[in-house]
Amino acid sequence: MKTDIILAGVGGQGILTIAAAIGFATLSEKMFVKQSELHGMSQRGGAVQSHLRLSDQPVASDLIPMGCADLILSVEPMESLRYLPYLNPGGCLVTNSVPYLNIPNYPEEKTIHDAVKSLPNYIWINADEIARECGSIKSSNIVMLGAASRFINLPFSALQEGVRQVFGRKGDEIVTMNLKALEAGQQAAALKP
Amino acid sequence: MAQMVLLGAEALAQGALDAGLSGIYAYPGTPSTEITEYVQRNRYARENGIHSAWSANEKTAVEAALGMSYAGKRAMACMKHVGLNVAADPFINSAITGAGGGLIIAVADDPSMHSSQNEQDSRFYGQFAFLPIFEPSSQQEAYDMAFTAFELSEKYHLPVLMRITTRMAHSRAMVECRETRKQNSLRLPDDPRQFVLLPAIAKKRYRQLLNLQPLLEKEAEKSPFNCLLPGSDSSLGIITCGIAHNYVLENYPDGVPYPNLKIGQYPVPLDLISKLVSEVDQILVLEEGYPLLEQSLRGLLNNGAKPVKGRLDGTVPRDGELTPDAVAVAMGLAAQTGPDAPEFLASRPPSMCKGCGHIDTYNALLEAIEGFGPGRTFSDIGCYTLGALPPFNAINSCVDMGASITMAKGAADAGLLPSVAVIGDSTFTHSGMTGLLDVVNENSPITIIISDNETTGMTGGQTSSATGRLESICLGIGIDPEHLKVIIPLKKNHEENVRIIRQELQHPAPSVIISRRECIQTATRKRKEQKS
Repeated sequence: MKTDIILAGVGGQGILTIAAAIGFATLSEKMFVKQSELHGMSQRGGAVQSHLRLSDQPVASDLIPMGCADLILSVEPMESLRYLPYLNPGGCLVTNSVPYLNIPNYPEEKTIHDAVKSLPNYIWINADEIARECGSIKSSNIVMLGAASRFINLPFSALQEGVRQVFGRKGDEIVTMNLKALEAGQQAAALKP
Repeated sequence: MAQMVLLGAEALAQGALDAGLSGIYAYPGTPSTEITEYVQRNRYARENGIHSAWSANEKTAVEAALGMSYAGKRAMACMKHVGLNVAADPFINSAITGAGGGLIIAVADDPSMHSSQNEQDSRFYGQFAFLPIFEPSSQQEAYDMAFTAFELSEKYHLPVLMRITTRMAHSRAMVECRETRKQNSLRLPDDPRQFVLLPAIAKKRYRQLLNLQPLLEKEAEKSPFNCLLPGSDSSLGIITCGIAHNYVLENYPDGVPYPNLKIGQYPVPLDLISKLVSEVDQILVLEEGYPLLEQSLRGLLNNGAKPVKGRLDGTVPRDGELTPDAVAVAMGLAAQTGPDAPEFLASRPPSMCKGCGHIDTYNALLEAIEGFGPGRTFSDIGCYTLGALPPFNAINSCVDMGASITMAKGAADAGLLPSVAVIGDSTFTHSGMTGLLDVVNENSPITIIISDNETTGMTGGQTSSATGRLESICLGIGIDPEHLKVIIPLKKNHEENVRIIRQELQHPAPSVIISRRECIQTATRKRKEQKS
């Protein structure tokens, strides 16, 4: 069993935190993992992506081949579409619906929504709003992790453990808020077809 | 043994620490920065006094590491590929002096230029210097190779090049760690003249270096990092270097049908290559970087015994990093792909952060320089290079560390006046100071703006060697105190800053304007740290 995940977003939106939480989650499950990311120039408000591969077998390539991703998990709607060539025919696109507007020529939001809706498998969620209800908009990345959790081959409890590991240093309050965000994301996605 | 999930860069750092490292020397540069940062954060390293402070540039880093090696201890210098250009002098000559304690020069190449000006392949430098090269294909190998590289370095008293690439440096996987080996104790070279490269000594040592080559080749032939793997289909033989091996495996989950040779240690293992070539009809070479091995296998006249396929005949794209997809096509497999990305997607290039001081500096410069005509602002390597993009379109060059000042000087020499250099604080102390000395010595009428954010910003906010020293450095080099101005790049100071810049643009001799405001990323991080 393997799960190949493309994480997408804009520098500073916390996709590497999602990757770290999944990474910790796999440790408790004795799985093989490879996670590739780009640093440096790409962190300055530019498009960022990370390839995350989980498997019960050793993983060869650090990069996911095109057409092989089981999941595109994006914290920004336009960025979710950038990596479509990586998605496999049965794969799912899970994205936050709130655009990150730092460029002058951002497409119409409806155009983006329509393109997402045209896919056979997708989840479109306002993660910012859900995160705000959980205590802070900063947790919208973890809301998205929760929303995508059923497509990731790991028990939900392992993801909870991953979130605890990632935020442990920041204190109980932050951990509790992010666990709430994780669950809220999962529930919000469960309501979608 | 402990298991850890580490980036390739971190695995190399942890391997070096466990193998008895006494000091790491580096200047930050993507994708190499995390090697040194890992040692800086590491508790064992702190408790055992392992050196890890940033160096002013890659040349000083390699020289300091060579000094530590001279004194018998294990040292590592780290840099990005273009940093090795800066450090090329000590690097090439360290092959002639040789090493004392184990010495690893770790260089991270950036094929596809994710954050770089070129995609040069550091293996050519290794070959040029006649040094052994290691090139890991996995995070575990990056860890293990630190041990082997230090041992080989001490066995032959030679520095060793450790070459990684972006995907290796910035990908995480599980690594199994070994017991920590004790650091070496202080020990001077047996031959007190080993490091004295007077011609008479250098000639002797160079011949020794050449004589070592067959032994280094033997080492590569029996290296666990070089292995010839069998395959039933002899219509093709595949040679992979470094992570290219992973992309071959990815495409054949049930086993590679072709005989294939995986290379991770150089000089290349000739006996293994001959064996592979004798078994197959044609060869496919897969290298992350330039076609180094392919070129030598093919020969100038392309008259080798068997056809060689790779980057030079278009089987693999001539430039850019390898991908599992490019490798699939090269092996004759069908390319897969998902749905096309919609055409309406807008590109989202990196940009300066909201509230960044460079923005206010450029706004003031653009207004001050208006009316003098276009094409007279030379810039440098750092976040402020993003001033080349809209809405600023403020700079006309970005070449190499420090080139802003010397290019502005050359253009002024040619008659382009006024002529302006925009350089960051860390870049200035890396390679701008010597250029400023040329400017002062010739009284060149250029204006140098040092955009001082008191950090090395682009690579993530490392300590800058320039912090707190810029005024004294500029005055010491000989800038007239009347024409050393300090401004604070804030909106409220805009008019005043424009006035000062415009005034200095018209000064017929060198002037330096330090535009100083802390990087907002660094400032935010500091505030958070103070709070917690």
